[in-house]
Amino acid sequence: MNEYADLLIIGAGPAGMSAALAAASSGGRIIVLDDNPLPGGQIWRDGPQASVPNQARQMRERLHAHSNIRHHGGTRVIACCGPRQLLVEDADHGWLIGYDKLILCTGARELLLPFPGWTLPGVTGAGGLQALIKGGLPVQDERVVIAGSGPLLLASAATAKHNGAHVLRIAEQASSMAVAGFALQLPRWPGKLLQSFTLFDRHYRTGSHVVAALGNERLEGVRLRQQGKIVELACDRLACGFGLIPNTQLGQALGCALDGTALAVDAWQATSQADHYAAGECTGFGGSELALVEGAIAGYAAVGDTAAARQLWPRRTRRQGFAKALNSAFSLNPHLKSLAQADTLVCRCEDVPYAALAGHTDWRAAKLASRCGMGACQGRVCGGALQYLFDWQPSAPRPPFNPARIETLMCLDDTPPA
Amino acid sequence: MSQGLVADVIVIGAGIIGAACAQALARRGLRVLVLDAGLHGATAAGMGHLLVLDDNPAELALSQYSLQRWREQAPQLPEGCAYRNNGTLWLAANAEEMAVAESKYLNLQAQGVACELITRNALRSREPELRDGLEGGLLINGDGILYAPATADWMLDTPHIEQRRARVSEVDGHRVRLDDGQWLNAEAVILANGIQANELCPELPIEPKKGHLLITDRYPGKVTHTLVELGYVTSAHNATGPSTACNIQPRPTGQLFIGASRQFGTLAPQVEGWMLAKMLKRATEYMPGLAQLNGIRAWTGFRAASPDGLPLVGQHPKRKGLWLAVGHEGLGVTTAPGTADLLVAQLFNETPPLAAQPYLPQRFLGEAVYA
Repeated sequence: MNEYADLLIIGAGPAGMSAALAAASSGGRIIVLDDNPLPGGQIWRDGPQASVPNQARQMRERLHAHSNIRHHGGTRVIACCGPRQLLVEDADHGWLIGYDKLILCTGARELLLPFPGWTLPGVTGAGGLQALIKGGLPVQDERVVIAGSGPLLLASAATAKHNGAHVLRIAEQASSMAVAGFALQLPRWPGKLLQSFTLFDRHYRTGSHVVAALGNERLEGVRLRQQGKIVELACDRLACGFGLIPNTQLGQALGCALDGTALAVDAWQATSQADHYAAGECTGFGGSELALVEGAIAGYAAVGDTAAARQLWPRRTRRQGFAKALNSAFSLNPHLKSLAQADTLVCRCEDVPYAALAGHTDWRAAKLASRCGMGACQGRVCGGALQYLFDWQPSAPRPPFNPARIETLMCLDDTPPA
Repeated sequence: MSQGLVADVIVIGAGIIGAACAQALARRGLRVLVLDAGLHGATAAGMGHLLVLDDNPAELALSQYSLQRWREQAPQLPEGCAYRNNGTLWLAANAEEMAVAESKYLNLQAQGVACELITRNALRSREPELRDGLEGGLLINGDGILYAPATADWMLDTPHIEQRRARVSEVDGHRVRLDDGQWLNAEAVILANGIQANELCPELPIEPKKGHLLITDRYPGKVTHTLVELGYVTSAHNATGPSTACNIQPRPTGQLFIGASRQFGTLAPQVEGWMLAKMLKRATEYMPGLAQLNGIRAWTGFRAASPDGLPLVGQHPKRKGLWLAVGHEGLGVTTAPGTADLLVAQLFNETPPLAAQPYLPQRFLGEAVYA
């Protein structure tokens, strides 16, 4: 059942939904793919314990109402095959989708840094805990510590509290000066101000980071360094994330250039590759409002409605100001590079400790010697950590981009190119 | 060590061949400097399959001797080398291939290689995941597998070996020039850098043969032996065009390697979707259940192939002081110990453990011009 789309959108978070809705009036055939079953991305993740905001619900209904938009949930991109064609897979089968234009809205993933005990059951990412709770994980009356960096800590704390958890501490590694400086700028973005008030919490501490997760079989407590002092808290869960890393792998595989760690885009959200656009967190972290406006610009630009796209430029500029302030306020303290001990696992798929990695010159050498990044996640977790810890650049993505059934890979045309 | 020499011997290439030569020399007390440019080599890309091959007597002699040496060394190999003596099971899909299995059996038996013919019925009990209707097979009991990058590192971790990350831009007998212009001298230089050998010695008849491989997620217990189709020896795989052959190897992690492919005339490292699909289709013809397993990673590598399929092992006949250990194609990991022993015996002017003649570089490069 191979398919064709005038516009193929990868990712159904705020950027992808917004791009599809902007492009819908063109009347062209639009396909939106997403790994999750329902549109909404990470921020508007749905589930038994999720309360999806009205804006998300309305966007989802509008997507559904457009007969020229097709949504494939639970679908992953596996390989690029020839010009403007992707191999994709869902739970049941694999197929090829050809396209004329493409918008990458592949989002971002959490940066997880290794520290002693981080692989104990009960320890998750900050966004990870939020996703688990929305997906139905009960946390009623559990004692939760949230640590790491960035606004996601507050959002995760809010979700945990809303579901009956006792949030004992929110440990933000950034200094109080940096966070206060950022908060002072919040009035420039009124919507964000409101959000920050609902998220703010009296257990919030700046200049604080996790030192170790404690426990034998599972998490029993956490050791924190709080403004220079060591404190220990007994808890049932630790949610720890150090900000977000743009998901650029598919863009890179398609030949799109990077700007730093994110996909490079111009004023039209166009990448360096003709007819390939990108929007949202894969072009740099900026929150859902920025993703929405970038998605809309990309959607309009992709269907040739440059006037509509141009109209949104001022809104994007304003949101980018917020993103800049955020990224500089929550930049990571170099001290976090020394959390891992010699025996701390860095690659948890292949059980590779820190000591087996330190001393290598690059990731490839370390990988061949230690099997780091060779497991089922293919370096999605440890790759970001190694880039931060040792400044090792991950190697270029190769198909399959995600684990895929061999049956799916056999959908690729096996005749040699002429 | 004489004055002005950086080492007794310089080895170019830290793959399994260079590492085996360096270890053999160092164990004799020589000081060895191993130079490696950090380029992608066949050692890191291959399957680490240790197998006896008998396409011709010289190939059989070198692989049989080397397998014996691997089995002797096995107890010393660290766990990370992942050595297993799991045997190779050659699969016959039809009567013609079964006839090949039978003649291989007689040939190998005559040479003292332990092997068993497996009947149609016994095949499924040995490897239940294989499809119905295969004709039978030939099990080579002494074959094995290992993780070659870790094994090369273990070999290089021998006293008297110094390793340096450096790119050699010129070789001149027993001296080499690095790309920063510096000349390094030794008593001898060993060229063991696979497909990169041509850059330093354009006269070598080495051609890259591209191969694809895929590894699955962990499925412990599905497969026991390394499974290779006999079509490998009887059909397309010996021709000049692109070809595939079923090759399924269980790793100690429970993962499966799925190969194999061959392509000529390309040095592009990209995983090619059409070749991946072709290779996987071939493997699933033998083991249909593979289709439902998850592949997690695919990659490519280049075998350094000589025109007659045998390596070049010995002193370069036109460049005194330069020794060659190149052109092993897909058998570099298997024949590393034999190659090292052959080379070292020649360097020391001793009688080699097997006849050196078939592997001498003279067969392509002409007779020696020095005394």
